[in-house]
Amino acid sequence: MSKKTYAMAIRDVMAEEMRRDERVFIMGEDVETLGGVFGCTRDLYKEFGTERVRNTPISEAAIVGAGVGAACTGMRPIVELMYMDFTFVAMDQLINQAAKTRYIFGGNAKIPLVIRGQEGIGRGNAATHSQSVETIFMHFPGLKVACPSTAADAAGLLRTAIRDDNLVMFFEHKALYAQKGEVPDDPEFLVPFGKADIKKAGTDVTIVANLLYVGRALEAAAELEKQGISAEVIDPRTLVPLDMDTIVSSVKKTGRLVVVHEAHRTAGWGAEIAAEVTQQAFPYLDAAPIRLGAAQCPLPFNLGLENAATPQVADIVKAARAVLYRD
Amino acid sequence: MIEKERARTIYRTMNRIRSFEQKALDLFEANKLRGSVHLYIGEEAVASTVCSRLKTTDYIASTHRGHGHCIAKGADLDKAMAELMGKATGYCKGRSGSMHIADLTQGNLGANAIVGGGIPIAVGSALASKLQHNQNVSVSFFGDGASNEGTFHESLNLAAVWKLPIVFVCENNLYGISVPTWQSTSVKDISVHAQGYDMPGYTVDGNDVEAIDEVFAKAYERAAAGEGPSLIECKTYRWMGHWTGDPQPYRTREEVAEWKEKCPIKRYRAKLLEQGLFTEEELNEIEAAAKKEAEEAAEFALNSPEPDPAGLLNDVFYEGGAE
Repeated sequence: MSKKTYAMAIRDVMAEEMRRDERVFIMGEDVETLGGVFGCTRDLYKEFGTERVRNTPISEAAIVGAGVGAACTGMRPIVELMYMDFTFVAMDQLINQAAKTRYIFGGNAKIPLVIRGQEGIGRGNAATHSQSVETIFMHFPGLKVACPSTAADAAGLLRTAIRDDNLVMFFEHKALYAQKGEVPDDPEFLVPFGKADIKKAGTDVTIVANLLYVGRALEAAAELEKQGISAEVIDPRTLVPLDMDTIVSSVKKTGRLVVVHEAHRTAGWGAEIAAEVTQQAFPYLDAAPIRLGAAQCPLPFNLGLENAATPQVADIVKAARAVLYRD
Repeated sequence: MIEKERARTIYRTMNRIRSFEQKALDLFEANKLRGSVHLYIGEEAVASTVCSRLKTTDYIASTHRGHGHCIAKGADLDKAMAELMGKATGYCKGRSGSMHIADLTQGNLGANAIVGGGIPIAVGSALASKLQHNQNVSVSFFGDGASNEGTFHESLNLAAVWKLPIVFVCENNLYGISVPTWQSTSVKDISVHAQGYDMPGYTVDGNDVEAIDEVFAKAYERAAAGEGPSLIECKTYRWMGHWTGDPQPYRTREEVAEWKEKCPIKRYRAKLLEQGLFTEEELNEIEAAAKKEAEEAAEFALNSPEPDPAGLLNDVFYEGGAE
């Protein structure tokens, strides 16, 4: 085990995978000498050269499209998008091309392509640089969606993503980059896709959260503990594939569900989970599930407004108490 | 003058495309074929000439009007026609239809139903070739309409900056569905965009095999030598509507008739006879063989099974697990 930041866990895995497989290469804006705006590719060009750690023009559609073309002709590209908000600039290449290629080629293609970058609030980047956009990619078939909440998960999930022969959308969170955690040194440490992680066991209420909100859910669980309420906190880790079994089993035990995420609440991924739980575990539910997510307004710049637009720890506590009819 | 064997290949390919397209139209009109079918009739010289210089390991990325590119890159007509009919025996198991036929074993990265969608993908295969240090060249086919898409400009810039082994081949057939290029496009010759991306640009008569071959040879060699991309604009014309059923109020019968006079197949036939490379009989034989092949492809497709709905969810993902 080594203690390292979430950002360095990501960088180290990319380095290890590039050493392991010469088909792996990175391209993106400012990934070379600057090491990426968030430092995730820091110094990699020194070891791997600028052929394999390639600075690109600011041309998201072309970068993603080039990733698709290179992936189906024998390479394993990692495309860094500086902000995952920029996926919208490349949406045709992602949804109409990359996600559909294998299927419409009759299964005669593999697309080992990782599109990674950060998203979310926390740095005052305002409306077009603070969104949580992972839900959109869960809606369309053909993309896998990973969202690590810890340094270890970032390492294990990214290694799995790079070795996967499919398109993986890898969502990091800008407010987690500096967070430190213990990461296994084993260069074969893999976190499988489709396996949720119970971050804290509990018996009274199930709280499902991802990315930054795993930490906030754990803070809420600690507060609830003081109030005599035992919360179970589950991080699905990948939205595609989605481990509903772990979530449903938990709800069968607790009878209560709160889903909390930073993505907008309306039609956010929490809605899918709440609907599935309702369908699969209806007789076990003692209360209607509650979904918490960002308000239906563009994320504002001002910190007070940003906080008002996003669920706070107190909101999670309140929701947990509500499904337990404690208020 | 193009050497005899390659000239034969080009003439044969043009005829195979023409016969295939006419057969596809017959099937469509007989309600045996559904969906969007964009015919390449009238534009055969471009794909046939360009692909005659390509190795199997070279790549192409094509367009919504993609049957010609697919055939020229080595497609089997049976499997192509079966795909147009959505049959299980088609190149893509009946999932793709006319607008997405692909065959990676022949280096065909697919027709592409999104205008401009295939251009960056061809840049990607060119990048792969560069990183793999092989001599493979990628060719991106696209139409005049795509030259107004952002992906066209982004791709030319990226390919030029990285000196990628790629040739951009624009088939300017003078209309984007109903909109004439003078209404949609700021430049008269699309090849002038090459200047903005510091690469050679050429405009040629797209119905003239030898004219296309001459510039493509230069562009291909430049790409293979690692000197970077080129842009070739081939001015041509589609004889049929944009799709089967297009009422075509945007152009006159006279204009269409004028272009039919410039038929690329008729022109190359005359050229080959003039050059004394082939006799009338030899060329007639090539034409007859192409027609027969298209007939047989239609038979094959008509007699092929429908895909089994049990396989609906197969191949959304590769299920082989982590490598």
